[in-house]
Amino acid sequence: MNNMTFESSLQRLEQIVRTLERGEAPLEESLKLFQEGTELVRNCETMLEKAELQVKKIMTAQDGSPVEEDFQDEQ
Amino acid sequence: MAQDVLSVSQLNVYIQHKLDGDTLLNQVAVRGEISNYKMYPSGHHYFTLKDEGGALKCVMFKGNAFRLRFRPENGMKVIAMGKVSVYPRDGAYQLYCTAMVMDGVGDLYAAFEQLKKELEAQGLFDPAHKKPIPQFPHTIGIVTSSAGAAVHDMLRILRKRYPLVKVLLLPVRVQGAEAPGEIAAAIRYANYHKLCDLLIVGRGGGSMEDLWAFNEKVVAWAIYESVIPVISAVGHEPDVTISDYVADLRAATPSNAAELAVPDQLALMQMLDEKANAMASGLQRQLKTARQHLNVLSGSVSLQSPTGYLQQQKKSLELLKNRLISAQNRNISAKKQRYVADVSKLDAMSPLKVLTRGYAMAQAPDGALIRSVHQVEIGQPITIRFSDGQAAATVSDKKEQTP
Repeated sequence: MNNMTFESSLQRLEQIVRTLERGEAPLEESLKLFQEGTELVRNCETMLEKAELQVKKIMTAQDGSPVEEDFQDEQ
Repeated sequence: MAQDVLSVSQLNVYIQHKLDGDTLLNQVAVRGEISNYKMYPSGHHYFTLKDEGGALKCVMFKGNAFRLRFRPENGMKVIAMGKVSVYPRDGAYQLYCTAMVMDGVGDLYAAFEQLKKELEAQGLFDPAHKKPIPQFPHTIGIVTSSAGAAVHDMLRILRKRYPLVKVLLLPVRVQGAEAPGEIAAAIRYANYHKLCDLLIVGRGGGSMEDLWAFNEKVVAWAIYESVIPVISAVGHEPDVTISDYVADLRAATPSNAAELAVPDQLALMQMLDEKANAMASGLQRQLKTARQHLNVLSGSVSLQSPTGYLQQQKKSLELLKNRLISAQNRNISAKKQRYVADVSKLDAMSPLKVLTRGYAMAQAPDGALIRSVHQVEIGQPITIRFSDGQAAATVSDKKEQTP
């Protein structure tokens, strides 16, 4: 679950919200989904809060393949 | 003084008519350098054109200024077109400017229009070809100068809005003879190595010549053939380049490109809150329904507890048993009554009972009951039975009863 991207987390969350809003799943499953969804929300928030923009400069190696170099911009 | 005396207004009007009647002044093109440039809140533009020897007051009304291809600035060399007339209030003539181009780039404008027509005909601006911009890009490639302000503007905004994204800078020269080739090569390189899922191609503001690389055919084709969606971000708001027409999305400025490229985390946080609320209320609704359902069910005694169920079954068994017993009892007493009745009937029929009522019974010596006079002979011994004993007798006479 922690390996999920922000986007896939949101997609899964959307799915859970739809299921819970319809209220058609058995109660026990709904409770499980709610727990999963709450965790997804928390994970997404944490992802946003902890994220730091990664900036790299692309340089070309001798064989033409891309090489990432650090790029310092004034923050 | 025999001459007529005119009022100032009359003279001004007279001069105005003179100028307005002059064909050359009605459609004139003037070369000069802009100074005192002012844009009024009304939208009209006022400036002075000058050269080494003189100055000319100019006004450009809102409607014409709106069509300008560049932002006029002081010191800019331009060619202004329009008509010369008098502003009667000031008694001053001025150029009523209807169009203006930058001096020396007249050829560029022609080239721009020509290339635009050509590429449009080849389908490079076709809206159907435009690719959607990903909603949550993972990696954004930025093709621009690593030295300019544009890259820092973009990084600042990306950092603020959506720090989850990774940025790859593909440094290129954005002006000069090498620029078009470098920009096009960087776009193709990013595609070839699948470096990112979104490209921003652009630079900060400058003169039309400065921005010219983004009007080159090689850049246009590289953008068109990019599998990765491209946002073009060239110059300032009014600058339009060929790249803007070809790109999947046109941003007014590099900062604007960064805003268009990623979602805003504040909006995302809010959306997450909304999702959490939606989940909670969905679950609550379901719980409420389930509770109501449960209440209905628990209203029937049988499910309150298992012992209760047993007790109830026991009770009904008891009831059944009692009913069975009482039914049996009723049955028995009915039989008993009938028996008593039968017995009493039997009793009434007993010959002994009859005897008590004064009747006697005659029996032959063999014990057979004598029911008819024909059963006896004269002189025959018979036994007469009474209720309390018997007597021996002999038939002395017999007489048949005549009916």
